[in-house]
Amino acid sequence: MTVVAVLHGLAGGSLIGLASAMVLLVHGRIAGVSGILGHAADAGRGRTFRLGFLAGLVLTGAALAARQPSAFGAGVRGLPVLAVAGVLVGLGTTLGNGCTSGHGVCGLSRRSPRSIVAVVTFLITAALTVAIAGAHP
Amino acid sequence: MKAFLLAAIAGALFAIGLTVGGMTLPAKVIGFLDVGGAWDPQLAFVMAGAIAVYALLLRVVRRRAAPLIADRFHWPTARAIDLRLAGGAALFGVGWGLSGYCPGPALASLGGGAPSAIVFVAAMIGGSALGRAVARAPR
Repeated sequence: MTVVAVLHGLAGGSLIGLASAMVLLVHGRIAGVSGILGHAADAGRGRTFRLGFLAGLVLTGAALAARQPSAFGAGVRGLPVLAVAGVLVGLGTTLGNGCTSGHGVCGLSRRSPRSIVAVVTFLITAALTVAIAGAHP
Repeated sequence: MKAFLLAAIAGALFAIGLTVGGMTLPAKVIGFLDVGGAWDPQLAFVMAGAIAVYALLLRVVRRRAAPLIADRFHWPTARAIDLRLAGGAALFGVGWGLSGYCPGPALASLGGGAPSAIVFVAAMIGGSALGRAVARAPR
């Protein structure tokens, strides 16, 4: 762990916090990515916000990947395992109403009891999964 | 159009933050979760930075009667701490620990065209649809 790594973490986190606060100030919504994706095409006034946020997220990711491919790591498991993991993430965040952004950033900042329970739970099961499945397959 | 563009700017800032913080490196995420092994604490600083900035700005934004371009704030209304919340979070954690992807970084990685990100996001959308079906089912 170097000073540069700490500064990268804090700088990246600050931008995520800023983007999430912008969502609240401008659109009055919680910047929870799983919810934004899960309800992306739902009818209603939030749809423009959801589709705009997703477009910015995906297209900026594409632009960054073109400029600096090393910022995007390869998958750490085979595609069948990643498919199972993707289903678990989609199912779990839908049932639990949030992921690292909605519960983690926005919920913990609001000191939401539900988010505290969710974050503690997913950190424990994620760490257990890495302990059992191994960090370096 | 203004609502779409402003949302896209927020999404762009979010993607830059994820990338700068190292969240788009699945091996780094797994290193953060590997608390019993060669623990990489960098992502704790991402979380700390995000919460510090959001919590500070939250105090300012909360004083407003309404957001800039919407009629009201959409605060979460759910209060129940139940099996669905904990079980959902537990399943999410298993998927996160297996892949090193949570939803934001997976979507930001999609544009790079890596098969791992494409397969993960497609499965995640399927899992989300499954979750909505489960949530609608009578108990």
